[in-house]
Amino acid sequence: MKNKSLVSINDFTREEHIHILDLAEEFEKNPTQKILQDFVVATLFFEPSTRTRLSFESAASRLGAKVIGFSEPGSTSVQKGESLRDTIKTVANYSDIIVMRHPKEGSARFASEVSGVPIINAGDGANQHPTQTLLDMYSIRKTQGTLDNLNIAFVGDLKYGRTVHSLVMALSNYNTTFHLVSPQLLKLPSATKMHIKEKNLAYHQYTDIIEVIPKVDILYMTRIQKERFSDPIEYEKVKSSYILRNSMLETAKPNMRILHPLPRVNEITIDVDDNPQAYYFTQALNGVFVRQALLASILGVK
Amino acid sequence: MNNNETRKELKVSAIENGTVIDHIPAKSVFQVIRILNLTEVSDQILFGTNLDSQKMGKKGIIKVSNKFFEPDDINKIALVAPTATLIVIKNFKVVIKKNVEVPDHVEKIVKCFNPNCITNHESVPTQFTVIDKEELKLQCHYCEKITARDTISFV
Repeated sequence: MKNKSLVSINDFTREEHIHILDLAEEFEKNPTQKILQDFVVATLFFEPSTRTRLSFESAASRLGAKVIGFSEPGSTSVQKGESLRDTIKTVANYSDIIVMRHPKEGSARFASEVSGVPIINAGDGANQHPTQTLLDMYSIRKTQGTLDNLNIAFVGDLKYGRTVHSLVMALSNYNTTFHLVSPQLLKLPSATKMHIKEKNLAYHQYTDIIEVIPKVDILYMTRIQKERFSDPIEYEKVKSSYILRNSMLETAKPNMRILHPLPRVNEITIDVDDNPQAYYFTQALNGVFVRQALLASILGVK
Repeated sequence: MNNNETRKELKVSAIENGTVIDHIPAKSVFQVIRILNLTEVSDQILFGTNLDSQKMGKKGIIKVSNKFFEPDDINKIALVAPTATLIVIKNFKVVIKKNVEVPDHVEKIVKCFNPNCITNHESVPTQFTVIDKEELKLQCHYCEKITARDTISFV
C-alpha cells in the first residue's frame, strides 16, 4: 500500500482492508509510537468536520508526524479563486501525504491524479468516505470477533447515507445478511440492492426498528435529515419512528452493538448511552487507530 | 451486375480512398461531425442529411476523403448514432464495412450529469466507463455517479 492513494473503498483490495484492520489492532494496543516523526501530514478540509479532521490529526500526532493544513477554505487562497489543482500541487510540495475533505464529488480522485504525494479521501461530497467504512468494519470485527456471516441492520436514511452505501458494499464480501429499516422515501438505492443480489446475499426490508432488534449482531443507526423531505408534515410523521430508545433494547442479543457514524441528533436517545451495547463513541475512537494504520502503511513505514 | 447494384456501389464508392459513415440518425449528423472534430479536417468532406432510408426513415451520411479513423474514435459516435455503419474505402472498393460499437470508455466528449461533480467546476477532462452498453449508462470516473442515456450531453 506504499504511496497508494485511498479515494474509494474499492481502491484497496479485500486483503488490503484486512491488513489495515490488523495494523489498527496493533496501534490500539500501542497508539503512541514516534514512527512518523520525519513526516509532514497535510489536512486540507475544504468543508467543516470536527470528528474526522481531529481524528486524523490525533492519529498523525500520536505517531510523531507534524500536521499542517486548514480546516475551512475561507482563510486560504481558495478565496482568491485558486483552483483545486493548484492548491493540491502546491501543498504536495510541502507535505508527504494529504488528507482531504471537499464538498464536490470526484475532487479526491482528481487530487490523486495531480498530486505528487498520496491522497486520503476524508469525504468527497456525497460520494465516498472510505476511512469511515474501514473504522466501521474495525468496530464490527472487534465487537463480533469476525466480519463473516453476520446479521447487520441499517436504520434511517439509507437513500442518501454515503456511509451506509459504502459499508454495505464492503460487507458484501463477508456473507452478511442485511436488514434494512427506513421510511419508504429513504430506502436503499436499487443499485446498491443489486450489488447485494449479485453477491448472492439476502436483504430484508422493514419499516419498524423494533422488528430487527432481536435478529441482528449490529444495529447501524443513521440520522434522518429534515432537508430530505419536501413535506415537513411527512418528516414529523416519520422521524419518531426511527428513534432508538433504551426500552427497545430488551430483546437484543447480548453480543449486539449499536453503531452510528455521528453526529447524533435525536435518533438515539441519551438513555441509550449508558447501555453497554452502545458502541458509537468507542467507534469514533477506533477511527484514530484505523487512520494511524492508513498513514503508516501509505507512508511505507509499516 | 445489374443497374441497381451498379448505382448502389457507385453511391457508396464515390470517394477513392477514405471513410464513409452511413445510417446516422438524421438528427445526429451535426453532433457526429462535432464528435469527430471534422471541422478541423482539411480533406474533402461530403455530407447529407434527411435522406430517405428504407432501414431508418431519415438518415444522414458523411464521406471523408483520404481520412481513416481509429476504431476508438469512430466508436464514440455510437453514443448518438448507435445504428451507424462504418465503411472504409480503398481504390473505390469497400474494404471494411461494420457497425459502430459502443466503446468501453468515453473521454472528453460527454458532460457529467452531476452538477456537483468536480469536472463541472475545475478544468478536468471527463472520463466515463460504459457500464451498460444497451441502456447507455456511463459511470463517471471522478464522482462515480451514472449519466444515463437521456441525460447524455456533450461538452
